[in-house]
Amino acid sequence: MPLSTSSNFARPDDAFRAIVEAHRGLTEEQSADFDAALVLILANHIGDIDVLREAIGLARRRMIDGQQQQQQQQ
Amino acid sequence: MAPANTPHAETAQAKTAQAKTQFGYRRHPDQDRPGSSPAAHPVVIVGAGPVGLSLAIDLAQRGQRVVLLDDADRIGEGSRAICFSKRSLEYWDRLGVGDRMVEKGVVWSVGRIFHGESQLYQFNLLPEDGHKRPAFINLQQYYAEAYLVDRINELPEIDLRWRNKVTALEQRNESALLTIETPEGAYRLNARYVVACDGARSSLRQMVGAEFAGQIFEDQFLIADVKMTAEFPTERWFWFDPPFHAGRSALLHRQPDDVWRIDLQLNRYADPVLEKKPENVRPRIARMLGHDKFEFEWISLYKFQCRRMDRFIHGRVIFAGDSAHQVSPFGARGANSGLEDAENLSWKLDRVLRGKSPASLLESYHLERSMAADENIRESTRSTDFMAPNSHQEARLRKAVLSLAKETEFGKRMVNGGRLSVPCSYDTPLSSLDADTWRGGPPPGGSMLDAPAATSAGEPIYLTDAFRKGGTDFTLLSFSNGAPIDAPDGIKGIRIGGDGEFADPSGLIAKRYGAVPGAAYLLRPDGYVAARFRHPTRSAIAAALARAEGLY
Repeated sequence: MPLSTSSNFARPDDAFRAIVEAHRGLTEEQSADFDAALVLILANHIGDIDVLREAIGLARRRMIDGQQQQQQQQ
Repeated sequence: MAPANTPHAETAQAKTAQAKTQFGYRRHPDQDRPGSSPAAHPVVIVGAGPVGLSLAIDLAQRGQRVVLLDDADRIGEGSRAICFSKRSLEYWDRLGVGDRMVEKGVVWSVGRIFHGESQLYQFNLLPEDGHKRPAFINLQQYYAEAYLVDRINELPEIDLRWRNKVTALEQRNESALLTIETPEGAYRLNARYVVACDGARSSLRQMVGAEFAGQIFEDQFLIADVKMTAEFPTERWFWFDPPFHAGRSALLHRQPDDVWRIDLQLNRYADPVLEKKPENVRPRIARMLGHDKFEFEWISLYKFQCRRMDRFIHGRVIFAGDSAHQVSPFGARGANSGLEDAENLSWKLDRVLRGKSPASLLESYHLERSMAADENIRESTRSTDFMAPNSHQEARLRKAVLSLAKETEFGKRMVNGGRLSVPCSYDTPLSSLDADTWRGGPPPGGSMLDAPAATSAGEPIYLTDAFRKGGTDFTLLSFSNGAPIDAPDGIKGIRIGGDGEFADPSGLIAKRYGAVPGAAYLLRPDGYVAARFRHPTRSAIAAALARAEGLY
C-alpha cells in the first residue's frame, strides 16, 4: 500500500491543532524531543517500511527544495 | 558481545594470567629443499587463530593434507573473542571439539538491557527446547584455540608450523609461491591454494595489494577482564547511561574461571594511555561493581572499524575471517562469522582439490560470505551507532526510543544493545528455488535447524548429530511415507519416520521443517539447505545436487 497523501481526516484542522497544541509551553529542546517520540510512535503504528520510506522521501524533499530556493536567492 | 576482534587494541597486560600454551618451532624437511624446487602442497593456511585452526581440521577430516603456518609460537594473549554462537558450536561438534568447548564454557541465552537504574527489558535468544546446543557459550579465545590445537595434534594430515612467517607471495598460474621466514632462515613453499586467516592486520592482504575500506568509529571502548567471585547471574547485562558510568554504555558478561568481561564506552577524546592504566580503570570498575575485590586479567582499549575486502579471493589466495572482514564487537559477529567462513569454504575447496567441482565453485564462497559480511557489518554498525549516536538528533531519537521502551513493546524492540549473531541466509546460485508451497521450515539458502530425534533402537539423538555422523556431506533429509526415495548415488541420507532409521518422537523435526511424509530437504555439506521438495523425484534431486556442486 503506497503512502496516502489524500486528506484522511474528516476535520484536518483538528489534527493540525492537536499537534500544535501539544507543543505549547515546551522549550525548543523539549519540542524537538517531543517530535522525535511522536515520529517513532507514528512510524510504528504505520508498521510498513515502504510507506515509511516514502514518507521520509516526501519530508526530505522540503529540505532539498529549501536548499535550492536559498541557492537561487544567492 | 564478544570483542571478536580488537584491531586497534593497544593491549595493556595489566596482569596476564596466561601464556596458556607455548609451542615450539620445529624444523621441517621442506626447509632443506633447494630454492629452485620448493615443496608443493595442496593447501597452505596462514594464521592459527580460531578460523585457521577450524578450517585446517575441517579440511583434514575431509581427507586433505594441510600445512598451517603461524608467525608466533604461542596462543594469543587476552580473552578477546568470548561469545561463541550455537552455529559455531554445531560446527565445532563436527570438528570433534564441541563437547570440550561447552564443558568449559559458560552457557547463556538471556540478556537484560538497563537504562539508568531500571531494567528496560530482557530477551531470550533460544526460548525453545529441543536443541543440542545453547544460544551461546562464553569462553576465552585462548581456551578455544588450545582445544583446537589439541584436536589438530590428533590429525596427522595437518602439519602445524609455529614461527613460520610468510614474508612474500608470488601468484603463479596454478599455484602461489610463498616465502616463509623461520628462526633458521627462509624457505619457500608452493601451494595450490593459500587461505589467509591472518587476522584484521593481514599481511597476506597487503601482499595481494587489496584494499580494506570501511567505516572508522571514533568512540573508544575499554575492555577489562576481571577476576572475582560474584553472584551475578549468567546473563548478558547491558546498560545505557548507568548510574556508575553516566551518559555512556556498559556491558557485563561472565566467562569461565570467575572471570568477568566488562566493556565501558569512553569519551571519544579520552587519552588511551591514561585510560588503560590499571590505577585509572580500577575506580571505574569499583563504581560499577560496588566493591573493589577483583583482580585484572586483561585490559584493552580500542576503537573499531567496520570494513571488508571487495573480493575475498585473489588469484590463488582466499581470505577468511578478520582478514576479509571486520566488524564492531557488538553482536559477537567477528569470530562467529569467521567460523562460518571456514565451514562454507572447506567443503568447496575439498571438492575443487579433488576435481569433483570446477574452481568456479569457490566463487560462491566469495558471493555467500561477502553477503554475510555485509549483513554483519550492517547489524554491528547499527548497534554501534545506537550506542554512540553521531549527532544531537541521533541522540535525541535514541533518547526517545529508550524512554518509549519503558512503556511500549515497540520501543523495547528498537533498543539496540547489540543484535547477536545468527547464521546468515544466502541468496545464492547454489540454491534451487522452491517449486512447491511451504508453510514453514528453512528455505533454500537457510541454515538447517536442530531438533530431537531418536534412533530405531529408541536412543535419543539430535538432528545435527545425525547429520554429523552421516559424514557431513550432501545429505537428503527425508520424511518417510513408506515409499523409498529414489535418490541419486553418492548422497547421504537421513530418513525420518515410517521405515526410516530415525523417529521424530516429539514431532519437532516435522514441525521445524514444515514437512509432511514424503517431503525431503537436500542439505549441503555445511548444513545449509540447497533445495527442498514436497514430492521429490530422482531427476529433481539430481538437478539440485548438480547446481549445489557448482556443476552448472
